[in-house]
Amino acid sequence: MASLSLSDQILLLLTKKDDDGGISSLDLAAELGEEDHQKVVGAIKSLATLDDVIRTEQYVRNVLSLTEEGKIVVSQGSHEFRVWQNIPDSGIELDTLLLGDGGSTRVGLNKAVASGWVRIVKKDDGKSWVERCLNVEVVDVVKSQLLQIINGDSAPLGDDVITDLKRRRLVVSNSVTTFTVSRGANFSQNVERPEAELTAEMMANEEYAKKNFKPYNFNAMGTTLQGGHLHPLLKVKAEFLSILTELGFSEMPTNRFVESSFWNFDALFVPQKHPARDVQDTFFLARPENCTRLPDEEYVARVEKVHTVGDYGSDGYQTPWRREETQRNIMRTHTTAITGRVLYDLAQQKPFKPVKKFSIDRVFRNETLDATHLAEFHQVEGFVADRGLSLGHLIGIMKEFFGRLGIDQLRFKPAYNPYTEPSLEVFAYHKGFKKWVEVGNSGLFRPEMLRPMGLPEDVRIIAWGLSLERPTMIRYGINNIRSLVGHKVDLRLVYSNPLCRLDKVRES
Amino acid sequence: MPTVSVNRDLLFSKIGKAYSDDEFDKLCFQFGIELDEVAEDDDGVEYKIDIPANRYDLLCVEGIATALAVFTGKIEPPRYTKLTPKVKITTVVSPSTQSIRPYLVTAVLRNVTITPAAYKSLIDLQEKLHHNICRKRTLVAIGVHDLDKLTPPFTYSCEPPEQIKFVPLNLDKEWTNARDLMEFYGSDTHLKPYLHIIKDLPAYPVIRDSSGIVLSLPPIINGDHSKVSTSTRNIFIESTATDLSKAHVVLDTLVAMLSQYCENKGEVEITEVVYENRPVDICPKLFTRNMALDVDTVNETVGISISAGEMVSTLNRMGLSSQVKNSGQISVQIPPTRHDIIHTCDIIEDVAIGFGYENIVPQLPPTSTIAAQNSLNKLSFQLANCVAQAGFTEGLTFSLCSMEDECEKLLQPQATKEPSLVIISNPKSQDFQVARSSLLPGLLKTVQANKGVPLPLKLFEFSDVVHLDSESDTGAKNCRHFCAIYTNKTPGFEVIHGLLDRIMQLLEVKFEDEYSLRAAEDPTYFHGRCAEVIYRNEVIGKMGVLHPKVLSNFGCAMPCSAIEIEIEPFL
Repeated sequence: MASLSLSDQILLLLTKKDDDGGISSLDLAAELGEEDHQKVVGAIKSLATLDDVIRTEQYVRNVLSLTEEGKIVVSQGSHEFRVWQNIPDSGIELDTLLLGDGGSTRVGLNKAVASGWVRIVKKDDGKSWVERCLNVEVVDVVKSQLLQIINGDSAPLGDDVITDLKRRRLVVSNSVTTFTVSRGANFSQNVERPEAELTAEMMANEEYAKKNFKPYNFNAMGTTLQGGHLHPLLKVKAEFLSILTELGFSEMPTNRFVESSFWNFDALFVPQKHPARDVQDTFFLARPENCTRLPDEEYVARVEKVHTVGDYGSDGYQTPWRREETQRNIMRTHTTAITGRVLYDLAQQKPFKPVKKFSIDRVFRNETLDATHLAEFHQVEGFVADRGLSLGHLIGIMKEFFGRLGIDQLRFKPAYNPYTEPSLEVFAYHKGFKKWVEVGNSGLFRPEMLRPMGLPEDVRIIAWGLSLERPTMIRYGINNIRSLVGHKVDLRLVYSNPLCRLDKVRES
Repeated sequence: MPTVSVNRDLLFSKIGKAYSDDEFDKLCFQFGIELDEVAEDDDGVEYKIDIPANRYDLLCVEGIATALAVFTGKIEPPRYTKLTPKVKITTVVSPSTQSIRPYLVTAVLRNVTITPAAYKSLIDLQEKLHHNICRKRTLVAIGVHDLDKLTPPFTYSCEPPEQIKFVPLNLDKEWTNARDLMEFYGSDTHLKPYLHIIKDLPAYPVIRDSSGIVLSLPPIINGDHSKVSTSTRNIFIESTATDLSKAHVVLDTLVAMLSQYCENKGEVEITEVVYENRPVDICPKLFTRNMALDVDTVNETVGISISAGEMVSTLNRMGLSSQVKNSGQISVQIPPTRHDIIHTCDIIEDVAIGFGYENIVPQLPPTSTIAAQNSLNKLSFQLANCVAQAGFTEGLTFSLCSMEDECEKLLQPQATKEPSLVIISNPKSQDFQVARSSLLPGLLKTVQANKGVPLPLKLFEFSDVVHLDSESDTGAKNCRHFCAIYTNKTPGFEVIHGLLDRIMQLLEVKFEDEYSLRAAEDPTYFHGRCAEVIYRNEVIGKMGVLHPKVLSNFGCAMPCSAIEIEIEPFL
């Protein structure tokens, strides 16, 4: 027997059975020399996967078993019995009896008093004593009830007794799944066990043709693959990059987080008193506090003039302009600072050559943080510089660009921006939110920005910008920006992130 | 962007037409303002409308209603008339103001009827102006007074605070020392933000009438004596300023709005401000400016083709009265309320708005260009793909971090490390004290935040760090770094080492000939477990097993290996 597997032993027992009435898994366990019931169930389940070799019926029933405390009662008697036993004929002082009691003596005492086995009396000196009652037949009922349960004969005890024993934490009831096993149509003592997997060996000796194979469970998931993953936001960035290069835009070098106020603001005709230049909104630097040099002095003078008294047909802001202010270094608040530098370089090239440029990189705001705002985020920015460009061209390129992001319902709102005029905000219809949401900002760069750089008067530049995080959060249904960007990212979200297919809009 | 709250029914009665919320939303959108919120309270439905930051004329219900009524063709653009009285109301500015708050502008409105709604609107408009163009009263501060309770001429001077005695607005007792008043208002949430402007000065600005009554203590509070109420008939407006042009904008805006309530709408009485060392200033200005517009240029810039006549009617709807001149030129009159117009491009935008952005035919720019990627970004991106293929997962961590992250937590002595860092002067929290010089803290914090994720964690990042650089025009420069970390029950140095070899293989850089490792000591790394990465005789970074104290500083319980190298040398 010992050499036979558990399933083979079960088959053997079933063969020996005369009638075909079936046999319980509990009986099988008993007949197999008190084998663990769970192991027997495992073997039955394994046999049940074979084609009608055995038939099984499943039963679930509650089985009572003794707790550790219940087992102590069986071996040493119930709490009340033990209390009764421990009381000498002369009685015992109550405090002495309860000395070092973990609780069980008190329980036993109460029960023993209730059963009329012992009584508590007050002595003259005021002390309480416990004494045995005389002429009482003491029978440990609880112990015999537990013995009945052990013998599987709990039915006559009745529900009230069982409930009381459970309440005393002497027994617990567990649900046990059992099977009744009987022979199936294809029953055989020597079943051919199906193979789990095709092996190289089977292929070599061509045994596979003769074998049966275990069926696969196609309703379960496969195993989780190990591998590396790109960050979701940077996947979207790569997709934007590919769209923009497809549209003929070249990438600007944006690796310059520290910027002078000159390039970030003044060159863009942002007045020195503009709220964006407030310490509440912008990170200023303590080191390096100021830029070491400004671009060529003639250009700086032209910028100063257009701000203070106006030029190129502009009235300017008619307010003082301070050189110290323009030299202050900041963490750039937008990549338009880079666009300004690129346009200045473009203006120095004669003759003017039309260009289309874009960038995607980090920008910094001294924001109060919340679920949608961080102190740094990525800005996507693009521009076309050419003669004869119009607002119609800007709207055209917006429709083309956002269309490729899967956003085709657009409308344009007049807006204000210090460095673009006309300006327009781009709104997209969000099918999930069922409302129009702002997705970007755009406009024609102002002459006050372009002319001081030296760009010809008839060159117009259409430009736009948007954040990378916002469309990404909308696309992937992410509500908290911190789960996407920064060290608090949920790596499981990164692991499970799908391809970035912006043209394929998710239905929900 | 300022948000203005207006009562819907009042707004519609002023426009002369009622709209549904959707219709009004659409109208706002076309005009370039935004119906942000519709709320209901005891006084009826309230609209919260977002106004572009440069349209001070739209910061009150009167302004919005007028603009939209003109836009929808209900009324003609309003006109303003300056009346010169026989004796102008004069304010004399003392030289004592010149180093503190040197400018003053004034105006008078006669025969006004201030309804409760108008009073509320006046207060709201002042508040909006103070908050926006006045930059929280630092540039300009407004005071509006009941002229009949005062005796002109007025004086504007700076006086020692202990000489300024008056009953401040809505207080019931006289204060005999203005400095005490500063203390008192220290607990007033509304006024507290402005106290710093004068609090510690030896002399405070004060405006008095000829009998010495205090009109106001700019930029903090008016006197109670001359306060405006619904029974006020004649109004005196004063604005003290550090920025004269903004003061004129503010005054024009206020006067234009309030003059709607004059018996003869739009009539404003001029006043004079007398300085010692400056010419007399006659105000309010209420100038109407003229600008010439070339029809072809406008059409080309907007991308439309309309006639000069159509352009004129479009401009009229935008509140800009215009006339066709000869040979495709239009003369545009810019009303005193439109200080946002400083160039013809601003008028061109109004033509586009009047024409309707939705009516402009989209066109693709004809500009033909050949695109190119930035070489550094392209290399980083190609390498990132390969590192991910090697089983590492990309992190994206912040460029700003705390001084502690850079020094103490990495066991780098602050005395030597701190002087090399780019430092933020005004961080709102210590998480943004410095621009990082290393990617390592960010990835370690990523490990810390992902404790429940099964080991090993293999993370990497390609990103810029910032260094001081005297060669750069800003004094700082970005440097592209690559950082990777491996964390598991053992440090897995061989994994990080293998990753370096793989990257070098991808870059066609030969071991020994072009790159090598050299044992090094660095407090961030465990003793004897750190090497410098040498590329063509230059140290480009370090790799090794991180010091257990570094790991515990970042809340990481498992051993960890890391590498951080520069990428630009491989360009």
